Amino acid sequence: MSDAPPVLRARPLSPHILQWRWHITMATSILHRVTGVGLYVGLLILAGWALALASGPDVYGTYSGLLGSAIGKIVLFGVTVSLFFHMANGVRHLVWDFGKGLAPRTADITAWIALAFAAVAAVGVWVLAAVTGALRP
Amino acid sequence: MSDFRTALGRARGLGSAKHGVGHFIGQRVSAVALLCLTLWGVASALSVAAGGYEGARTWLASPVNAALLGLLILAGFYHAQLGIRTIIEDYIERPVTKAALLVLNAFVGWGAAALGVVSILKVTFGAGS
Repeated sequence: MSDAPPVLRARPLSPHILQWRWHITMATSILHRVTGVGLYVGLLILAGWALALASGPDVYGTYSGLLGSAIGKIVLFGVTVSLFFHMANGVRHLVWDFGKGLAPRTADITAWIALAFAAVAAVGVWVLAAVTGALRP
Repeated sequence: MSDFRTALGRARGLGSAKHGVGHFIGQRVSAVALLCLTLWGVASALSVAAGGYEGARTWLASPVNAALLGLLILAGFYHAQLGIRTIIEDYIERPVTKAALLVLNAFVGWGAAALGVVSILKVTFGAGS
């Protein structure tokens, strides 16, 4: 046993978050988490909708009025975007689980596809809602 | 040394509990279910939104719609509760705070799921009378 105090070597550190160059696969990874939390809110809204429907016409009227307001529509549009992004990116994850699609170039391309799908599908659903009269108060 | 198990683990001779991948598999199985259920949910929301209170009651009176909406809510909160759990475990360091948030996560998720499912059943079973 030595009497000398133990010398601690400086531990290696991973680069700080601000040192990373933003790249698309990093953005989709972070967005997957963010949209997951967003969808939690969406689920609470859905459960609340069922509760309102079970509570009678007055409560349902108030609840659907809230969802149909400007803020309600913004929130619901955010939930729609979150759903379609999380869905597309979730499919990427399922493919990765089989060891496929992990090459950087492929991962970059599928990341852009997931983002594009989220935008197109969300706007498409809301255009459809407007056309079919679902957005009328 | 060829064995990295602890002395207690060796003495018991049982190896791992064999369910360490439960979270991983549960997350993925519910993901596949939700892939189908949410697409149905979006299509249904478009038709239900225009129908008002009576239209929504009629829609939920159908056993197929009630069952699928119930499954959407249950699979959704199961999947979400696993995901939020991972986020809490990743970012919260203090053990007490972490435990409290994990319990809160389970309570809010299953509480909301139970409210949603019971509400669905109330509308469905009330519709026949």
